[in-house]
Amino acid sequence: MPMSCVTENYDICVVGAGHAGCEAALACARLGLETIVFTVSVESIALMPCNPNIGGSSKGHLVREVDALGGQMGINIDRTFIQSKMLNVSKGPAVHSLRAQADKSEYSREMRRTLEQTEGLTIRQAEVTELITEDGAVKGVKTFSGAMYYSKAVVLCTGTYLKSRCLYGDVVHYTGPNGLQPANRLSESLRAHGIELFRFKTGTPARIDSRSVDFSKMQEQKGDSTVVPFSFTTNPEDVQIAQASCWLTYTNEDTHEIIRENLNRSPLYSGMIEGTGPRYCPSIEDKVVRFADKERHQVFIEPEGLSTNEMYVGGMSSSLPEDVQYRMYRTVAGLEHVKIVRNAYAIEYDCINPRQLYPSLEFKAVKGLFSGGQFNGSSGYEEAAAQGLVAGINAAMYLKGKEPLVLDRSTSYIGVLIDDLVTKENREPYRMMTSRAEYRLLLRQDNADLRLSKIGYEVGLIPQERYQWVLEKERLIEKEVDRVQHVKIGANALVQKLLEEHGSTPLKTGASLAELIRRPELSYGILAEIDKDRPDLPDEVAEQVNINIKYDGYIKRQLKQVKDFKKLESKNLPEQFDYSQVNGLRIEAQQKLNLYQPVNVGQASRISGVSPADISVLLVYLEQMYRKKQG
Amino acid sequence: MKTDTIAAIATAMANSGIGIIRISGGEAFSVIDKIYRPKKGNKKLSQAESHTVHYGYICDGEKVVDEVMVLILKSPNTYTREDTVEIDCHGGTLVQTRILETAIKYGARPAEPGEFTKRAFLNGRIDLSQAESVIEVINAQNDFALESSLRQLQGTVKEKIQGIRGKLIHEIAFIESALDDPEHISIEGYGERLMETVSELSTQISELILNAENGSLLKEGINTVIIGKPNVGKSSLMNMLAGEERAIVTDIAGTTRDILKEQVNLNGITLNVIDTAGIRDTRDVVEQIGVDRAKTYLSQADLVLYMVDSSVSFDVNDEEILSLLSGKKAIVLLNKSDLDQVTTEELVRAKMGQKQMGHPIFPISIKDGKGTKELERAIQELFFHGEISFNNEIYITNVRQKSALQSALESLSMVKQSIEDGMPEDFYSIDLVGACEELGNITGESVGEDLVNEIFSKFCMGK
Repeated sequence: MPMSCVTENYDICVVGAGHAGCEAALACARLGLETIVFTVSVESIALMPCNPNIGGSSKGHLVREVDALGGQMGINIDRTFIQSKMLNVSKGPAVHSLRAQADKSEYSREMRRTLEQTEGLTIRQAEVTELITEDGAVKGVKTFSGAMYYSKAVVLCTGTYLKSRCLYGDVVHYTGPNGLQPANRLSESLRAHGIELFRFKTGTPARIDSRSVDFSKMQEQKGDSTVVPFSFTTNPEDVQIAQASCWLTYTNEDTHEIIRENLNRSPLYSGMIEGTGPRYCPSIEDKVVRFADKERHQVFIEPEGLSTNEMYVGGMSSSLPEDVQYRMYRTVAGLEHVKIVRNAYAIEYDCINPRQLYPSLEFKAVKGLFSGGQFNGSSGYEEAAAQGLVAGINAAMYLKGKEPLVLDRSTSYIGVLIDDLVTKENREPYRMMTSRAEYRLLLRQDNADLRLSKIGYEVGLIPQERYQWVLEKERLIEKEVDRVQHVKIGANALVQKLLEEHGSTPLKTGASLAELIRRPELSYGILAEIDKDRPDLPDEVAEQVNINIKYDGYIKRQLKQVKDFKKLESKNLPEQFDYSQVNGLRIEAQQKLNLYQPVNVGQASRISGVSPADISVLLVYLEQMYRKKQG
Repeated sequence: MKTDTIAAIATAMANSGIGIIRISGGEAFSVIDKIYRPKKGNKKLSQAESHTVHYGYICDGEKVVDEVMVLILKSPNTYTREDTVEIDCHGGTLVQTRILETAIKYGARPAEPGEFTKRAFLNGRIDLSQAESVIEVINAQNDFALESSLRQLQGTVKEKIQGIRGKLIHEIAFIESALDDPEHISIEGYGERLMETVSELSTQISELILNAENGSLLKEGINTVIIGKPNVGKSSLMNMLAGEERAIVTDIAGTTRDILKEQVNLNGITLNVIDTAGIRDTRDVVEQIGVDRAKTYLSQADLVLYMVDSSVSFDVNDEEILSLLSGKKAIVLLNKSDLDQVTTEELVRAKMGQKQMGHPIFPISIKDGKGTKELERAIQELFFHGEISFNNEIYITNVRQKSALQSALESLSMVKQSIEDGMPEDFYSIDLVGACEELGNITGESVGEDLVNEIFSKFCMGK
């Protein structure tokens, strides 16, 4: 080591400035801690190396929740989107989900600007190569140049950069995504600290030149006429902009034939790729093999930004050789003469087995070491941002000596995401899905502010004024829900006419307004004209009233389930506990519990291999310990 | 902490004159109010003083299940420290099971293995020094329950339940894929199709519940062996019990050379009836094997039906068979009462008297159908009074499984309701998942990973 190396001191080091790293760094700095964020390239801050969207089914929920907790992703996409859609509007409110097309370079630049303007936040371009620890606690990081950055906590958000390599055909680039510099040395340091690593893979389709695309052979996909912003702080008027279009086309038998003929040249099928890929975003070759009976697959051509000709070929990620890529893309209607700007490729990288983390995202083995994002075995920008925010908040809480923020499954998709990561066996990059949230009727994107603002406020990321409005909104909703249940509607001519207009059965006798709202063809809004005493309420309040009344029965049932769920969740288990000393636990349960070290009995009950009888034994054991302590 | 209300049979069911069903938890009194009817008047037991005894009936709606004594025990001076009801009823598996089922139908749930003891401990009723034994109770009962639940489930029934569950998971996976990837998978007009599937699966579950009521979900019943000399009418009895021409009946002695088995249901009691080869001293090798097997079955039987041809004389073969009945639960049947009586009831009774046996004797004529009702009643009586015993845990398992099937059926009717009410598709999956979870409780599978696997393997998601 050189005698005079750079040495600096910070409160917190954040390694990586992708979607997780940005949220983590912003949260720490905003909570008043001196924070430094490392990136291999300042140009790649908040880079979107794969699809050009933020949100989508269940991912839109995550963005809303990040926003309600005081994160940045929602605000950033509201400022840089070029098209927006609310998905599943014909379905129930629980599965409505926002998805926006981002102007990628604007998204990245805007986030970088936010980081640069945040007080107490330092951006540093450098490859972190080593973790510095002392007595099982983190003390900082060391970079490739030998510089030492001492800190009390470290948040690892290395994304797909650890020992990454990109592949197509028999071509291998030892780079991170997009040809960026990988981080080849940190993995060894992590292993030396006893951290178990997985090898995962994912992939991305080609980017093409829009001038080479014949859009007349495709269907135009426009954005919503009225755009709903992601962030609860964005003024809806500010997002009513001119939107760009996406385009829909299809693969065909010719495409599939070319793929089938060249499967042996794919690194996936030749065994060159060792990493575990996600089943939910299969490469086009995967789709053709696994769904052989499908005659065609959808392909979405999406702009990467307003200031570029590059377009993303959604639905056709691949690791086939370059020549095959050309041939297969050119079979698709509208892409007959397509020019590829960047090849499709698969990327392999190191990430951790996330069961090594507490639900606070702190490592069980190293105090003060936190992590978030793809490094934790997830996939997706939104999943990354959500974890980055929680890891950042908890690094700050750790420094302040406060209780960590742990969101349980009944509070949020973020809670479900983290609980799944740290509790369940995870053998592929984890993607959020609405079906993973068992209480999804309560965890809607429309009520993320009502669910989480209080927590964001207590953490210190939501300002007083914003929190006050949420409290006021809550009050207004409650009052109006109560009123609506007591308003009696008579079977008069005006009412019957309105019902008839909406194809609803006329009333025989009077009914409460709530009963009418519950009819599928009616809503709170539709009934305004026969509800004379209705107060003037903001749209967001009216929306909540409608949902709360309309789905009342289902919501009540889920609330009851949550109550049962909370019982086991509130029974804490000791840290670093040796379960083999609990007589009566089956061997498999002892081993699993020792491995996972769950924080409470609820989490223990979700570990595979732990039976209900084991949970009973655990409860009895806890009671036994408690009474012994009481003496 | 407020807990839900559990119910279980507290006594070992076999060979006891009295059975006790215990209900514990916040709703214990409201459950007993719904199922108890006093001899006179209409007093509500929830209003009764603590630690009092009440005479009356347990009723399922209008139907009287049993005549009982009910103990009302108010929290905290009870075993579990919760409100507790104890129902003292007639002993015998059937009555106790029916009372338990009635309690479950009206709001209790079947207790988990060792759950009463667990609650007693967690609520501070059991001393710390006994914690280890509490854990032992939980484990012992759980092992027993686990062992009996899957093992007892008939192969075909398990397959049926897994089949239904698989179809439900497929439907959920379809809905969820469409919700997760609305641009790739369309769900238009799906409600009607789902309605058909759900109706079909509901019918299948209803059939399983009916079977459960007849006890035939379970492999085991009362092992009943029909025994006697050749050509006394054993196979005819078998056919009569089974209600079909199962055994080959001829006039030629020694027709049944092997063993025939049949599951027979007598008003809710399952008999595994085994028709044996007639026992006689024989030189026919094949027939001899049958005879040996008959003797083996006889030694393992819960109930023996010994058939005597009353129209021929009681010989050495009969003497030998009679001696095999010593210490067994048996009924002696004097068949062919329609013919001239050579071997009379008095004669057989005298023979049994020499061997100090007191088995009941019935003259019957299978040919004329005389005495068969009396036989059925006699078997029921024996069972009803707990005199025939077998692995009782099976019945408890059956109650749990039936209760799970019932809940699954309710969940499916909620799905139908959601479709009829015109709810959006994502609401369907809430109760479809509920139904799957209930069925998974029987087969020991959980929904989470199964669903994710189904989504990825059956539906092509884009990106």
